[in-house]
Amino acid sequence: MASVLLFATAGGAESIKIGFNIPLTGDIPKVGEESKFAGEMLREEINAAGGLEVGGKKYQLEFIYEDNESKAESAVSAALKLIERDNVLAIVGPNSSKQAVPAGQASDDNQTPMISPWSTNPDTTKDRPWVFRAAFLDPFQGPVAVDFAMEQFGAKTAAVLYALDNDYSKGLAEIFRDDFNSKNGENSVKAFESYSSKDQDFSAQLTKILAAKPDFIFLPNNYNEVALIIKQAHDLGWKGPFMGADAWGNSELMALCGDDCKGQYFSTHYAAAGATGDTKVFIDRYKAKYGYEPADVAALTWDATRIVLQAIQNTGGLSGKTRADRKAIRDAMAAIPEFPGITGNMKFDEQGDPIKCAVVVKISDKGEFVFTKSVCP
Amino acid sequence: MLASILQNLFNAFQWGSFYSLIALGYTLVYGVLRLINFAHGDIFMVGAYIAFFIASAFLGMTFSLPGWMILAMVIPLTMILTALVGVSIERIAYRPLRRKGAHRLYVVITALMCGLVLENGNLALFGASRKSFPDIVDKVVYTVGDLSMTNLKIGVVISAILVFVILHFIVTKTKIGMAMRAISYDKFAVPLMGIPIDTIIVFTFILGSSFAGLAGLLFAMSYPILDPYMGALIGWKAFIAAVVGGIGDIRGAFFGGFLLGFVEILVVAVFPSTFRELIAFAILMTILCIKPTGMFGVAGTTKI
Repeated sequence: MASVLLFATAGGAESIKIGFNIPLTGDIPKVGEESKFAGEMLREEINAAGGLEVGGKKYQLEFIYEDNESKAESAVSAALKLIERDNVLAIVGPNSSKQAVPAGQASDDNQTPMISPWSTNPDTTKDRPWVFRAAFLDPFQGPVAVDFAMEQFGAKTAAVLYALDNDYSKGLAEIFRDDFNSKNGENSVKAFESYSSKDQDFSAQLTKILAAKPDFIFLPNNYNEVALIIKQAHDLGWKGPFMGADAWGNSELMALCGDDCKGQYFSTHYAAAGATGDTKVFIDRYKAKYGYEPADVAALTWDATRIVLQAIQNTGGLSGKTRADRKAIRDAMAAIPEFPGITGNMKFDEQGDPIKCAVVVKISDKGEFVFTKSVCP
Repeated sequence: MLASILQNLFNAFQWGSFYSLIALGYTLVYGVLRLINFAHGDIFMVGAYIAFFIASAFLGMTFSLPGWMILAMVIPLTMILTALVGVSIERIAYRPLRRKGAHRLYVVITALMCGLVLENGNLALFGASRKSFPDIVDKVVYTVGDLSMTNLKIGVVISAILVFVILHFIVTKTKIGMAMRAISYDKFAVPLMGIPIDTIIVFTFILGSSFAGLAGLLFAMSYPILDPYMGALIGWKAFIAAVVGGIGDIRGAFFGGFLLGFVEILVVAVFPSTFRELIAFAILMTILCIKPTGMFGVAGTTKI
């Protein structure tokens, strides 16, 4: 707060405001926390070095963290607050597709550049020139999971359990089903069941899935639901494998799921265990500062924010007029040909989506996410 | 096919037990005070958190106790502390309104607000991160043919039945139960008979809240992820179950809870799971259309 006042008195032109539209409360608070911590780490580093240099002038960074409560409607109002009240130059977030799809529309309508670190649903950026992302897409992630399960488990049949009211979960479940069916023949996905994200009992859906006797169960769900689903499946006598997606990759997963999740696989953006180079430097610094290993969302927020800062520097100088600067930043973001991130090198296509590799990790007996395989497009 | 029907029946028994346990609390308070205690779902949530802290404290002790012994201490402590929360709400929020002779509607609105205060108080105190409930007792999975059940699930179903039997006994066979029914019948004449009305009301809240606490503990053991809003949706649904059973009637709450559990689980077993709540609540609405006072309800006379 003190720093905000300081810059206000020192003249608004001296600072660059970037908004973060993240879930600090609600279903996935850890995702918001990690995004915020990654943002703070970057801001402190740059401000300590005197600020961000744009067109020969140093600017202090001011990050505004707005809570979207993990809700779609709150994500839109958070975006509008950041755009209209705070006059931010760009928005980082929201993370989950459930919030990023509607918030992307709000940002696009209001001509404010937005970059989602973690959203993988295609609709987030589709036909929205102002919206970008740092994560790969579900049409890429889905087939990665299909291929891996077929190879690893020798799977010929599968079952899917997804959250109907979650864009991410539903989109990925459908992509997975279609791809699995096309590779293994019609109706190889023997059970395709849904629930709504406030549900806590999945026994009826799981009974149906178990009765279909699939080779494995695909769970494109948030980490908090994953923990409940896997425990209940084990209670009902399921001994087979699960395959998960990037929403599993959270430092809270093992705390909630415990032994039940060990030995399972999921596709994600990076593997913390065994990371090298800049990725390792980031992980070590984050761990030292906040006391736990960052999940993919922290690393992706770091990359996404750095892409925004890079674009700001590429504009070659800010005019101080919000609308003009936003336009310049958007154009600079779209013009970045390739970006070396800690979650891999990214090239952006015309939709604003990066073309990058996915990794599959295994949850080890110690509860670490261990690199198993890397799949590149 | 038969195996999955049996499995689903058992799933429904377990899931319905939670609705039943919570619905009993709604029905008790309504039966005595004609007040829908909308904070009850959140008292259930508070019960789960209390159980979490007590269980973690016991498990964190230097000398380790066997699981059943910890459970034997967690159950009464959780029930007592949750009852305290319920009684405090009655004392702070409902009694002053009753003293001032406020219309019942205002008390119901106050109850809604109490629920929100509990939820957001929890959020402010303990943060948004989920709590993972520790395993107190080792889970044992029994498999009979294709049918799987755990010791915990069996315990949940037995607890719900036991609670119903105890409550039914208290209300129909004891003096204090008679007083509860008398207040329900005429709350103005009862004090004239020398019955301490406040004591009886406090006792009602103790009963309702302690069983909500028990439900919270059992729920946290079955679905070991706690968040501040966990009581809201299940609370509403249990309230609906109590209404369908005939709110104010203990048998109604018990059967209403199980009915809702069965309908929800069996809808998923037969139809695509997308239709779960749509069909489940359409069925309950139909029941109410045919019998607006609920299955065991009798319009306007003594309840409980």
